[in-house]
Amino acid sequence: MTISARDEVLARIRSAIVTAVSPDVPRDYRAGAAADVELLVDRLVDYRAIVHRCAPAGIAGAIIEAADAAGIDRLFAPPGLDPAWQPSDRHVSIDDGTLTATDLDGNDVGVITTCSVAICETGTIVLDGGPGQGRRLLTLVPDHHICIVLPEQVVGAVPDAFRRLDPRRPLTWISGPSATSDIELKRVEGVHGPRHLVVIIVEHVPGSNSAP
Amino acid sequence: MSDRTNLPVYAPLGVGRLQGDRTFPAAAKIALADGQLRSNLRSATATIRAKRANVVGEVADWEELRRAGEAIKASTMASLDTLLIELERNVVANGGAVHWARDAAEANRIVTGLVQATGAKQVVKVKSMVTQEIGLNEALAAAGIEAFETDLAELIIQLGHDEPSHILVPAIHRNRAQIREIFLQEMPGVDRSISDEPAVLAGEARRYLRKKFLETKVAISGANFAVADTGTLTVVESEGNGRMCLTLPDTLITVMGIEKLVPTWTDLEVFFQLLPRSSTGERMNPYTSTWTGVTPGDGPQSFHLVLLDNGRTATLADEVGRQALHCIRCSACLNVCPVYERTGGHAYGSTYPGPIGAILSPQLTGLTGDGVNDSLPYASTLCGACFDVCPVRIDIPSILVDLRARHVEAAKAASRIPSGERLAMAGVGWAMAGEKRWQLAQRGAGVLRHSTRRTTIRRLPWPLSRWTASRDLAKPPVQTFRQWWATEHEDPS
Repeated sequence: MTISARDEVLARIRSAIVTAVSPDVPRDYRAGAAADVELLVDRLVDYRAIVHRCAPAGIAGAIIEAADAAGIDRLFAPPGLDPAWQPSDRHVSIDDGTLTATDLDGNDVGVITTCSVAICETGTIVLDGGPGQGRRLLTLVPDHHICIVLPEQVVGAVPDAFRRLDPRRPLTWISGPSATSDIELKRVEGVHGPRHLVVIIVEHVPGSNSAP
Repeated sequence: MSDRTNLPVYAPLGVGRLQGDRTFPAAAKIALADGQLRSNLRSATATIRAKRANVVGEVADWEELRRAGEAIKASTMASLDTLLIELERNVVANGGAVHWARDAAEANRIVTGLVQATGAKQVVKVKSMVTQEIGLNEALAAAGIEAFETDLAELIIQLGHDEPSHILVPAIHRNRAQIREIFLQEMPGVDRSISDEPAVLAGEARRYLRKKFLETKVAISGANFAVADTGTLTVVESEGNGRMCLTLPDTLITVMGIEKLVPTWTDLEVFFQLLPRSSTGERMNPYTSTWTGVTPGDGPQSFHLVLLDNGRTATLADEVGRQALHCIRCSACLNVCPVYERTGGHAYGSTYPGPIGAILSPQLTGLTGDGVNDSLPYASTLCGACFDVCPVRIDIPSILVDLRARHVEAAKAASRIPSGERLAMAGVGWAMAGEKRWQLAQRGAGVLRHSTRRTTIRRLPWPLSRWTASRDLAKPPVQTFRQWWATEHEDPS
């Protein structure tokens, strides 16, 4: 009888780890940090993302400003993006699940989403495919990504983000625009992902119920 | 239980890339003669060292994170069998398929078969060390399947018919002018007016590869981490070529060494902090993708995970050496290594260069006493810089010393004729065992003082020339300790 690769590899592992001891894992590293929007902005700018800050009522205006500055002609958005955020005088195509990569390919294409979590210390926004975030394709193929970050989505450090995220969803962690350092280790922004990342940070309005 | 499973099974030679065709000293000699290579490496490693030091310095709990990372990896190894079974169960429960491969040849057969089943003649690839290790591109080519590397550096290597020389930056040995030349000669449809500005070269790669991303139906990736308790896979990258491969094709095949596992989702929070800062010297790399099986309506609808041994269980069996399997492939040890900085990656002959390669490659292929990889544990000054920067605290210097001892044992076992080194050691042992003999030997060595006016001796006659071929020897002192003692403690009477 021939032994399967699975059984053979597992048997090899079992005989190899007879002498292995499992240490206790020290968890005395920081479990998190306080959210600090100024730090988030600093990190994003460091990655050469374009940052806008506005009140909730200013989101649509910030999108128009960003789109005009970047020369975006075609705007897309995932289902579930708050209609109040979408500029009324621009057409925004909502992904119905049939858009292809070819539809989204172009230097004049922008996508508007929100995110699941934004991490201040590392300047990272995380998308989980939920409402207002969409399929992964949508934030990958267009040349411009406009991401709206709400106050309650902002966390301090990486472990804070892990506590909020669901690993069963496909997650995309984004820290600035696409980049490479493959030539002489010089950082160049813009390879295959969106070459332009605009982050609209929505300020907390005192008295509103969106406080974290 | 058969005895067969108790013997370590090493990675087969002759498939993939774990051993070069000449020993490290022979290959290093060639590399050291290349002034351009040395200058490219010096400037690149100096840049990345400074970036890493800067972003690591701002993390107050860096040592706590390193110790957590070390312990998570050690505990993973101690229950690797049950964790792999848990991973398999969770991947399958979420719509993926899991395959097991004993070695490189079996992994190549599995992947080739999976690609053939889709009918595809082309695949796009995310940068992956393990698929280089097993020689997957060559195996696919033999089956008539064309593999397109999509990482910029891997593309430069592939177009230049070259070999990678660094874990993170495989084309670190090429400068911008050389890369422009490669593009002009090898890239179909290249814009012939391009300059050698990195941004222009990156833009040209984007244009060339975008078409491939949009039309290719099968992607092949490696994995930075797999999470046992959720079945989640991870690719950490910068350019977005990874996202393209993980998102656009219909079928995704991920090849992963069995050691790249962490027990729980929460464990990843440690490595997501350690890896980017150690690797590219960034607070976070531009893109990280995590996926669990198949997500209906989003990304590849067919997902295969290939789990590879290829000498890893043999490494796991060694109580000292198994730490090498904790490696998260950040490449920080390469960037600080005085040997790597001078020879570059090709001299190591393996997919895994630098200090980590010097302990990993010979353990995967096995030490035979006279094999090419037996020379790797000696490719180090044992300065310890690699241990200081390792994000999971792999004690590379200690493993190097241990492997040197194992090499000597293997060489002794392989040959009944004593080596020059053994004869020399036996001679020294004999001389040191008797007081009179040792005194005489020291006096004899004192003669060497007159052989040169320099402070060091650069060349000794054969057979001792083998020692001085790569080292300077300190000149014997004017007075030995014994002579000094005798004069200081002379009886005044």
